[in-house]
Amino acid sequence: MKIIKPAVAGTLESSDIQIRVEPADAPGIEINLNSSVKQQFGKKIIQVIHDTLEEMGVTDAYVEAVDKGALDCAVKARTAAAAYRAAGKEDYEWRVRP
Amino acid sequence: MDISKIQNIGKINFNGEYTPDCVTPKSEVKMPSKVLPSIRDAIIATGLKDGMTISFHHHFRNGDYIVNMVMDEIAKLGIKDLTVAASSLASCHAPLIEHIKNGVITHIETSGMRGELAEAISRGLMETPVVFRSHGGRADAIANDELHIDVAFLGAPSCDVLGNANGYTRDESGATMCGSLGYAKVDAEYSDCAVVITDHIVPYPNTPLAIPAVHVRYVVEVEELGDPEGIMSGATRYTKNPKELMIAKNAANVIEHSGYFYDGFAMQMGSGGAALATARFLREKMEEKNIKAHFALGGITGQIVEMHEAGLIKKILDVQSFDLTAAASLMNNRFHTQIDGCFYAGYDYKGAAVNALDFVVLSALEIDTDFNVNVLTGSDGVIRGAIGGHPDTAAGAKMSVVVAPLTRGRIPTIVDKVNTVVTPGITVDVVVTDQGIAVNPNRPDIIERLEGADILLTDIESLKVRAEKIVGKPDPIKYKDRVVALALYRDNSIIDVIREVDEDEEE
Repeated sequence: MKIIKPAVAGTLESSDIQIRVEPADAPGIEINLNSSVKQQFGKKIIQVIHDTLEEMGVTDAYVEAVDKGALDCAVKARTAAAAYRAAGKEDYEWRVRP
Repeated sequence: MDISKIQNIGKINFNGEYTPDCVTPKSEVKMPSKVLPSIRDAIIATGLKDGMTISFHHHFRNGDYIVNMVMDEIAKLGIKDLTVAASSLASCHAPLIEHIKNGVITHIETSGMRGELAEAISRGLMETPVVFRSHGGRADAIANDELHIDVAFLGAPSCDVLGNANGYTRDESGATMCGSLGYAKVDAEYSDCAVVITDHIVPYPNTPLAIPAVHVRYVVEVEELGDPEGIMSGATRYTKNPKELMIAKNAANVIEHSGYFYDGFAMQMGSGGAALATARFLREKMEEKNIKAHFALGGITGQIVEMHEAGLIKKILDVQSFDLTAAASLMNNRFHTQIDGCFYAGYDYKGAAVNALDFVVLSALEIDTDFNVNVLTGSDGVIRGAIGGHPDTAAGAKMSVVVAPLTRGRIPTIVDKVNTVVTPGITVDVVVTDQGIAVNPNRPDIIERLEGADILLTDIESLKVRAEKIVGKPDPIKYKDRVVALALYRDNSIIDVIREVDEDEEE
């Protein structure tokens, strides 16, 4: 999936995360995280964003994430929504996890 | 008594000819006054010098102007190396950072700290660690002269020219009020020199009073004591947060069946949404079963006042009024009494009201699997709270109930080890969360009674596991070796240390 424009998903409310996905200047996925729980969960959040993008087939992207203590499920959902929007795609792949 | 030491024993001849030296001719008799024109004049008059200890109270909460006004004047006078011993500090006290950097303040004693000042301290602003004491511990330390106050600067919403001061005024409506001046009473009594700073000089005598004139050396009138909005809100509102309501309901159920819910019980409700809401559910049970409380203690809110006025609580002992309803009640209700910090929570032989409590409901930032409670440092290790009366009431009450959500956002409340131990687990009896209730195994009596009432209990370990399952396992906070603050227990022994947070990014 190719990122073609900047797009945002999520809010700055408590327990949410706002993800902004933009086309990358350089190859690869670069994530800049600002989180109220960075010390305790920063690595985990970056991992989840990275894995979510990779699973969607995104190879190059610049991500700005502002986290207010979102759980992993919310991080995943906001990342996917932002990536779809940034790719200009609406053919969402829904699936229920086992 | 050695009568030879009476000052004029050698001069008196008992012929009725003696005139005492201290008699003023009637034509010159006038009402004395302790009023000085400005804070600056008062500071000079007190003889404040480098290295001394000054104190403040926190009854104006986050609306306080006194600390900053006084510190600015002290700085202008070039006085340095002071210890600031405040009953507590709030976010509005960020300007102290400059005074610390400039050497005006070299040590701080307080119950709590928030905002920029707290963050700066956590990042190593001060050379000497800040000393955090509980409300009872501080009062005792002052009374025992372990914490000696040279000069106390005490804001008061009303005061007469002799220094009789109070947290409200009967002489003027619409004036600033803060209700009880409980923590300030101790400072006034035991400091070498107390200055009352007021925005209302009222006719003598300013009775009823919080601080008697005999404890006051000088009085200063200023335009404003603080921002009324920050000093007090109209009435503490009941929470609408369903999680907090659920916790409160669970806590009220625990209390009902704990064995401490009987006609004539004594209680304290801490601040915080769930703790306050517990009062509402408890009220329903009291009305239903026709059970009345003998007294309520502590920081007092409108809810407690409503129950008092409805005849459900006979007496209120008020060390700190949390809202305008409470302050108005202190002014108007005969059995709503203002008490000082020693009376409230002192640890030593004098005896304190906390020891008469049947139960207390308290909030917590973190609780660990040994039931230790942290109310002082955030999950990131940065100072952002206050010890308050937490350890005092938890130890004094026959049953302490700590209420908290299992998780806050992504932060687990029940953890392996709290960042800072403020209240030791041995004094914490019941932990009530939105997802389960755990009783300290050292209270089999409570466990038996609650199980007998079919209240579903879990254990603290299971609550911790459950929290971890939802939010994941947090990476540990990184600290540097340097100690930035000491947390003292109610007997003023060190119960924990707070270290400088290590925020260096590792890439």
